[in-house]
Amino acid sequence: MDRSHEKQNPAFYAVIALLVMMSVGPVILMFVNSFKLDVDIISGTSGLIFMPTIQNYETALCDILWYEPDHIDFCSLKFGGAFVNSLIIALISTVLTLVIGSMAAYALVRFRFFGRDTASITTLMVRMVPPAVLLVPVFGLWNNEFCFDRDGLIGGAIRDAFGGRGDVCLAGTHSGIILIYVAMNLPFVIWILQSFIVQVPRSLEEAARVDGAGPFQVFFKVILPLIKPGLAAAAIFTFRIAWNEYLLASALSDRNTKTVPILIVNNMSEFNVEWGVIMATGMLLAIPPIIFTLLASRQIITGMTAGAVKG
Amino acid sequence: MFMAPAVAIMAVALIYPLGYMIWGSFRAWDPTQTIGEAEFVGLKNYITLWSDPNFRESLGVTLRFAFFCVTIEMVLGVGLALLLDRNIRGMSVLRTMFILPMMIAPVVVGLMWRYMYHPTVGTFNRFLERVGLSDVDWLGSHALTSVIIADIWQWTPFIFILALAALQSLPRSALEAARIDGATPWQQIIHIKLPLMMPVLIVTGLLRLIDSFKVLEVILVLTEGGPGLSTEILALRISRTATEFRELGVAAAMSNYLLIILMLLTVAMFAFTKFQEIRAARVRMAAEDDS
Repeated sequence: MDRSHEKQNPAFYAVIALLVMMSVGPVILMFVNSFKLDVDIISGTSGLIFMPTIQNYETALCDILWYEPDHIDFCSLKFGGAFVNSLIIALISTVLTLVIGSMAAYALVRFRFFGRDTASITTLMVRMVPPAVLLVPVFGLWNNEFCFDRDGLIGGAIRDAFGGRGDVCLAGTHSGIILIYVAMNLPFVIWILQSFIVQVPRSLEEAARVDGAGPFQVFFKVILPLIKPGLAAAAIFTFRIAWNEYLLASALSDRNTKTVPILIVNNMSEFNVEWGVIMATGMLLAIPPIIFTLLASRQIITGMTAGAVKG
Repeated sequence: MFMAPAVAIMAVALIYPLGYMIWGSFRAWDPTQTIGEAEFVGLKNYITLWSDPNFRESLGVTLRFAFFCVTIEMVLGVGLALLLDRNIRGMSVLRTMFILPMMIAPVVVGLMWRYMYHPTVGTFNRFLERVGLSDVDWLGSHALTSVIIADIWQWTPFIFILALAALQSLPRSALEAARIDGATPWQQIIHIKLPLMMPVLIVTGLLRLIDSFKVLEVILVLTEGGPGLSTEILALRISRTATEFRELGVAAAMSNYLLIILMLLTVAMFAFTKFQEIRAARVRMAAEDDS
């Protein structure tokens, strides 16, 4: 096979251009609209002739701006806070999932507790469970069962420290949401990392052990650096799910732990939608995944194909 | 020792909740009660649901949604993969552009499409007006179609990427042989490429089918299940039963129905991959016997 690029029919390029426009078009449309005033969006002087304004972004970010924009009387949209919540939840759950998942994957490969089949069945089973199915039990458990009794030792201490009434429960805390995200993503991460760890030659580990490294040192200093591409793919997938998830977060969060998707849905369901502002929030939510896609599309495709082709 | 944290977390946050849900589905349970206080009602929740026309409607919508989405996405995705499987400059850039819709939050996807479907200011109706056609009531009388279109936009690239990966790993020798024997491009596709890709395609289709039962946010933002029940898929109905109607027991029973459907699909998929492996092994054995 020659590796040179074949000359193609112009119609072929037209088709490609059309496809690209179809897949990226809506995103660009949202991007453009987020710089328009609502008047411009509604009046329909469409096209590219409009005065770009960052007013929408100012409205969206009003609770963390260092200056007070002139056009806002009252900062109702607490986007900044939600953004920070989303960031905390997504980052911590990604890191936890990776650490715990890579350890488990290592154990599965090296010590052969179960066959690889067991791992793939579990992955499939968990992939099968829709978040909506987890909603009911998680809502019940996090609110009623996973609590420290308010009169108990730990619960009392937490309540004294942070205030609040009633029992101290997982619901409404960052850790509650993080816990379910970690659990949801673990099987997939374990399974993806397994295929990378299998490729690490055993002799490397033995050499490290002969030099006097303990099992944890071998794992963190020898194995982890060697499976970086796998870690990157797994990290992107975990982060994406934790960052984009709406349903479970909406059930488990309270006023102070709202994430960005919840904020967007709450603002959408009102009758009179402020398109400009909502598009600006949407754009801000979409930016991290877009950046990841542009930087690491290769890893994403690896993760995606590994997820199905070997399934 | 390395396994302990993973096992602990999955037991606490996955296995236990699922068991809890199955237990809860036999009770008349509302959110103010703990599960111990709720009255045990046996199979009542399941039976009520089975005779509930709304639930049936919702189940029908879910099945229709999944069927149309997966069928159209498979045809488009595989078609595109066959079309674009050439040595062209910038293929990686193209793939990057295509995976963009999948990476964006479903909530944002819903937001974009809700704008484009808007009856007066939306992109589609403006376009129709400009070319002199009458408006279409996208999220009203054609709600299900519109929702399916949005899902197709988001997920066709997934099938495309996987089909392309499958195409590019096909044995070159078979294609070469066909070309030398004078097979037309169509014959190559129908008799060689598609049969060889079939195992991957079936797994991909099943994965997509399972995922299409999980779609919720896009529909929630686009139509909130309306108008009427026309787009209320099961996942959405579960969440509404739990949070609006406050009937956790019924919602749990509904979740179990959904789980059973998905379980059947998963088992089918697993059985299929096992079957493939066995067949491959038998072919290999036969080949070794011959030599």
